[in-house]
Amino acid sequence: MGDRPAEVRIHDFLEVDTGFSPEEAIAEANRCLQCKKPACVDGCPVNINIPVFIAEIAEGNFANAAVSIKTQNMLPAICGRVCPQETQCEILCILGNKDKPIRIGQLERFAADEERRTGIKPQDKKPSTGKRVAVIGSGPAGITAAGELAREGHSVVMYESLHLPGGVLTYGIPAFRLPKDVVNAELDQVLKLGVEVKLNHFVGKSVSLSELLTYDAVMLGTGAGLPYFMNIPGEHLNGVYSANEFLTRVNLMHADQFPRFDTPIAKASRVVVVGGGNVAMDAARTARRMGAKVTLVYRRRSEDLPARLAEIHHAEEEGIEFITCANPTRILGEQVVTGVECVRMQMCELDASGRPAAKPIDGDTFTLDCDVVIQAIGQGPNPVLVREIEGIERGRAGNVIADGDGKTSHPKIFAAGDVTTGAATVILAMGGAKKAAQSICSYLTSK
Amino acid sequence: MYTIEKSNEIADKIFEIWVDAPHVARNAQAGQFVIIRIDETGERIPLTISRARGDLVRIVFMAVGKTTHALAAIKPGGNIADIVGPLGHPSEVKSWGTCVIVGGGAGISSTPCIAEALKKAGNKVIGIIGARNAGMLIFEDEMREICDELHVTTDDGSKGRHGFAADVLKETVADQKIDAVWIIGPAIMMKITSMATRDKGIKTFVSLNPIMVDGTGMCGSCRCQVAGKTVFACVDGPEFDAHEVDFDLLMQRQRYYMEQEKEAIALWNQHGCSCAEGK
Ligand SMILES: Cc1cc2nc3c(=O)[nH]c(=O)nc-3n(C[C@H](O)[C@H](O)[C@H](O)COP(=O)(O)OP(=O)(O)OC[C@H]3O[C@@H](n4cnc5c(N)ncnc54)[C@H](O)[C@@H]3O)c2cc1C
Ligand SMILES: Cc1cc2nc3c(=O)[nH]c(=O)nc-3n(C[C@H](O)[C@H](O)[C@H](O)COP(=O)(O)OP(=O)(O)OC[C@H]3O[C@@H](n4cnc5c(N)ncnc54)[C@H](O)[C@@H]3O)c2cc1C
Ligand code: SF4
Ligand code: FES
Repeated sequence: MGDRPAEVRIHDFLEVDTGFSPEEAIAEANRCLQCKKPACVDGCPVNINIPVFIAEIAEGNFANAAVSIKTQNMLPAICGRVCPQETQCEILCILGNKDKPIRIGQLERFAADEERRTGIKPQDKKPSTGKRVAVIGSGPAGITAAGELAREGHSVVMYESLHLPGGVLTYGIPAFRLPKDVVNAELDQVLKLGVEVKLNHFVGKSVSLSELLTYDAVMLGTGAGLPYFMNIPGEHLNGVYSANEFLTRVNLMHADQFPRFDTPIAKASRVVVVGGGNVAMDAARTARRMGAKVTLVYRRRSEDLPARLAEIHHAEEEGIEFITCANPTRILGEQVVTGVECVRMQMCELDASGRPAAKPIDGDTFTLDCDVVIQAIGQGPNPVLVREIEGIERGRAGNVIADGDGKTSHPKIFAAGDVTTGAATVILAMGGAKKAAQSICSYLTSK
Repeated sequence: MYTIEKSNEIADKIFEIWVDAPHVARNAQAGQFVIIRIDETGERIPLTISRARGDLVRIVFMAVGKTTHALAAIKPGGNIADIVGPLGHPSEVKSWGTCVIVGGGAGISSTPCIAEALKKAGNKVIGIIGARNAGMLIFEDEMREICDELHVTTDDGSKGRHGFAADVLKETVADQKIDAVWIIGPAIMMKITSMATRDKGIKTFVSLNPIMVDGTGMCGSCRCQVAGKTVFACVDGPEFDAHEVDFDLLMQRQRYYMEQEKEAIALWNQHGCSCAEGK
């Protein structure tokens, strides 16, 4: 197992982490203590029976391992790659106290990859209930809810506004972290349960609200696709992108392969990425692969970077320069970007989020020359459909308010994923979607 | 896949196609647009809905670059990979009183639909359509049928009045009380023409055409400045108050990919089709 060397991988979009070999997987699985009360499971938002699937791997029964995971999680090859295991299951693994925790994520990925390689068994589903459910959005939340509902025998129509399904898995997370054939294979398994997908349907526009409400229930999984901008001078100059736009042009539209693909993107030689989360790392590493020298500017300290440790490490290996404790104040240029003016930040006492507050140091500024600026400072819930639904309760950030079971203030409408939480994670969206699907099932049977 | 039922060159380099897209047609309203993608390697481009009939959507476009040339080359019975819509807010159709609708070039394509909706809402509708020359004028008959009054201009005087639509608009607002104006055309034409109504404070709408990607408010590519605020034309528009729009910024952002656009059309011209070898 290991990462492909940085000097090789910055020239392509192939996967960085090559995963376990069967021998490595079995050896790692054999380290598991098979705890009677497995702490690791408490950390998993979808309650995968971790020791059980690890035991199957240890025995060499890779296919059984995958089947076991999929009773709880229909997207194991995806989750095995992008879940923040280090802060979920792995941090709770008992072995972490003395030694290294079990690499649960890598094992999950291994089981799923093996199953895909050797042929996937179709899943069981219950007889038809005659109930119709509309699922809006085909990201992790939508796809999970659709799968759960289809397994229960409901007839499911999933609507997606883009021309491909998958949400952020398709247009956001780059292929070097999450290959698109992996996404497609797992989506396919869910669709094989009989879910009907309608692409190019922007619900609220292509499908009216009244038409939507003719379904017996509606599940909202429209995500957090609204990009935030910093509102600083120069933001409208050519060459200033939101991370969403930059990543969509490359991942969904293949602008990196222009002119073979028709979508253009700036040919940048120096790129400044603003932000410090996973999205910022993805944008930076994508720009690097397109040949640019990349600098990432983050307003807090390096130990405060919210991205996964592995991704920060990968970014550093790939030659991305990090400037921490600095924040852009102005984007320079006439028509096209030529640079960014930043101010140094000083770290003060902890703020409400428990992190040290960052305050600008007056007059302590510097300039970075560049031809592209990518803002990766966060996204909000996609407002377009939600704001048109009368009587649905919303939070201050525009998120749909749903209780722990995915119920909204509208009796027929359920919601999960980033549209309820704001930008979060794949697995939290999936966990929420499973609960919402359960609520939909009980709502449909009680009707 | 979506079938192109009909396709015609209706004026010099201006094409009309009818696409079989029931999901778009059944909810389409005046002022809205679609985003299409021709094939697997294609770009997503926005085009106004010129009309909807049954399951069909009419789109009218000028062949300017790679994608619009390729679209024009598709024969009736051929397909495009994707069409999503209707997108954006519909035009603000209500009982205004007397309305003027100004269309320039390919922008004339969206005027019949808006004119008709306004007419139905009980307005008096005056149409002004202008093109570079007689060969590039479209929908004169359609507009004449709908509008109470129609004025035609050409830049070179080859048809109708010699001059610009803006000249006729200036006279019209000087002559009578006008309650609302729509101006649809190239950014520079909208900028200049909307000056004719500014002093009189006449409510004037323009339909902005920035570069888009998703058309659903997700990327921010289409951001414009209106009344000093950032808006996303795809979901907050595409129609905005003309007197509040920063047109210079719009034009600046439209030019960003000029070099790549040239490269793409050169490749297209060399090969002239959208098969794999041409890419
Ligand atoms: C670049 C990037 C990297 C990330 N990296 C990680 C990571 O490493 N690990 C991790 O766990 N999380 C990561 N995340 C976060 C994670 O991807 C999201 O939390 C997750 O995708 C949310 O799932 P969702 O289903 O709620 O929404 P989304 O994935 O956003 O899907 C919503 C879908 O709904 C569609 N839609 C919206 N409105 C409508 C409508 N009206 N009609 C029809 N369709 C509509 C959208 O087009 C979209 O396809 C990352 C996010 C980004 C942007
Ligand atoms: C809401 C909206 C409605 C529109 N309606 C019409 C219409 O009804 N008829 C019509 O002829 N044109 C319309 N346009 C403009 C049309 O989208 C562009 O002409 C088209 O994208 C050109 O593509 P191309 O590859 O042929 O040309 P290119 O060579 O790529 O570009 C030519 C010009 O088109 C603009 N453009 C390029 N790519 C895009 C893009 N992805 N999105 C928007 N603009 C782009 C640029 O300003 C460029 O200078 C509309 C644009 C918008 C935003
Ligand atoms: S806590 Fe660690 S050792 Fe115990 S069962 Fe879970 S993975 Fe195995
Ligand atoms: S086109 Fe992406 S936000 Fe408007």
